[in-house]
Amino acid sequence: MYTQALNAKDAADGGAEDADRMARFQARIDAEERIEPNDWMPEAYRRTLVRQISQHAHSEIVGMLPEGNWVTRAPSLRRKAALIAKVQDEGGHGLYLYSAAETLGVAREELVDQLLSGKAKYSSIFNYPTLSWADIGAIGWLVDGAAIMNQIPLCRCSYGPYARAMIKVCKEESFHQRQGFEIMNTLAKGSPAQKAMAQDALNRWWWPSVMMFGPPDSASQHSDTSMRWKIKRFTNDELRQQFIDATVPQAHYMGLEIPDPALKHDAESGHWTIGEIDWTEFKAVIAGNGPCNRQRLRQRREAHESGAWVREAALAHAEKRRRRAAAAVTAAAAE
Amino acid sequence: MTHDPRFLFALRLADDALILGHRLSEWIGVAPQLEEELALANIALDLIGQARMLYAHAGEIEGKGRDEDALAYLRDVPDWQNVLLVEQPNGDFARTIVRQLIYSAFMAPLWRGLKASADPTIAAVAAKAEKEVAYHVRHAGEWLIRLGDGTDESHARAAEAVEELWPYGGELFEVDEAGRTLIAAGIAMDPESVRAEWNTTMDMVLAQATLARPADGWHQSGGRKGRHSEHLGHLLADMQFLQRAYPGATW
Ligand SMILES: [Fe+2]
Ligand SMILES: [Fe+2]
Repeated sequence: MYTQALNAKDAADGGAEDADRMARFQARIDAEERIEPNDWMPEAYRRTLVRQISQHAHSEIVGMLPEGNWVTRAPSLRRKAALIAKVQDEGGHGLYLYSAAETLGVAREELVDQLLSGKAKYSSIFNYPTLSWADIGAIGWLVDGAAIMNQIPLCRCSYGPYARAMIKVCKEESFHQRQGFEIMNTLAKGSPAQKAMAQDALNRWWWPSVMMFGPPDSASQHSDTSMRWKIKRFTNDELRQQFIDATVPQAHYMGLEIPDPALKHDAESGHWTIGEIDWTEFKAVIAGNGPCNRQRLRQRREAHESGAWVREAALAHAEKRRRRAAAAVTAAAAE
Repeated sequence: MTHDPRFLFALRLADDALILGHRLSEWIGVAPQLEEELALANIALDLIGQARMLYAHAGEIEGKGRDEDALAYLRDVPDWQNVLLVEQPNGDFARTIVRQLIYSAFMAPLWRGLKASADPTIAAVAAKAEKEVAYHVRHAGEWLIRLGDGTDESHARAAEAVEELWPYGGELFEVDEAGRTLIAAGIAMDPESVRAEWNTTMDMVLAQATLARPADGWHQSGGRKGRHSEHLGHLLADMQFLQRAYPGATW
């Protein structure tokens, strides 16, 4: 899940690329054709996709951590199994996305190194802690819910491998969203303590979820090119509004309150309007100063480092087998 | 407290599966590679799924209204009947793999035999579990071979794990009075009948892994009577926390 509109620095390529090919490329995109790995593409298109797909993959992987935090404490066997399966799905999404990125000529190891070194970004939502079981409901409902809003249009992304990965991913994300809603709803209809737990989770996850759509359109530098290339089809603010309109009535249905005193329904447009988003918080978390940024990266790094001997063993063993097989072939030939 | 032997039988199988599944789920977020993290989660899901069917069955046999969650979340250490092997901490990846192989190599022939159990629910669980556990044996076996016949470091770690966990294998073969009743009734299987296959699997994997098989003889025991290692209490404190902190709540 969890693409986040992070600021892309690349503008469209300048005169370096052949104007003719560029025009043909754009014509294909305008005609809603899919661009495939072996097709010609502008360097900036490739770079933008590598960055977006790898950030998306990293987000899936880092996103396993806050939910993984409750796997051993899930309150029933049914919830435990469902949570393990969900976290496993997210890992699977990471794998498809790394594969999609690899079609653009970067190796997964290189991308993972960028994550572990702190060079690559991932969705900042996962830098918030999961403090109660209700957070597992809130993540499914809100974070997977926001991810779906972002990802449904990506199923029509101009880059074929990414679009196809998203179709598979979206089905699972909508299942996660329903499951999260169901956890929240059960809590909201439960004991007063459970309802308070649900409300507290909503209070903490609402604004970070709204921020998942990225900076407001007025401050977003890269949308134009991505829109023209049909990597992106809706602006950050459009997607955010869709999410808010879908989610606010669900909160009300559960008897929970959106933590925004300025929230109101605009009868004329039919939309829910929200109060000011605290973009200083968003920027701080992106810059590495959220509650869990260091913890999340440290856990990924430690897992990677402490697993090095296992990966090395697997490689060494495969090499031994290869040599033995080769020796057997030589011996058979000599007979 | 005396229990219906059939209750105890289902409960023991369930406790082994759940505790081991829970242990495997502890690898989420810290496994050596992503593919392996997903594989361990998969095995955890298989085992938890088996445990759920078995707890439901145990609860019905008991007839006191305890469901899967009452059995999993509301019993304290002395009431757990799992073997000590499955509650041993994950340790490094080699320990996890050796623990898995010792258990799965035992369960694979056991489930195969239990497909013919006189208890139709056990037979149905066995039919499903047999296929799952066959994969678990293959997965753990292939990994132990890679680790044993990998690098010097992985070999040393694998050898240590085998040495450390071997004494926990014997408890799988123990039979008590309740077990004997059910074996006679055709509900349970005599674990002795799977020893030859267990030996073959272990010997084959250890040989390919270039690891020595420790001597049999003395083994650790107690779990089937509710006498556990110190580790189980911590596992339960973690697993049961919400049910204990909010008694009677629905989740
Ligand atoms: Fe996902
Ligand atoms: Fe998801």
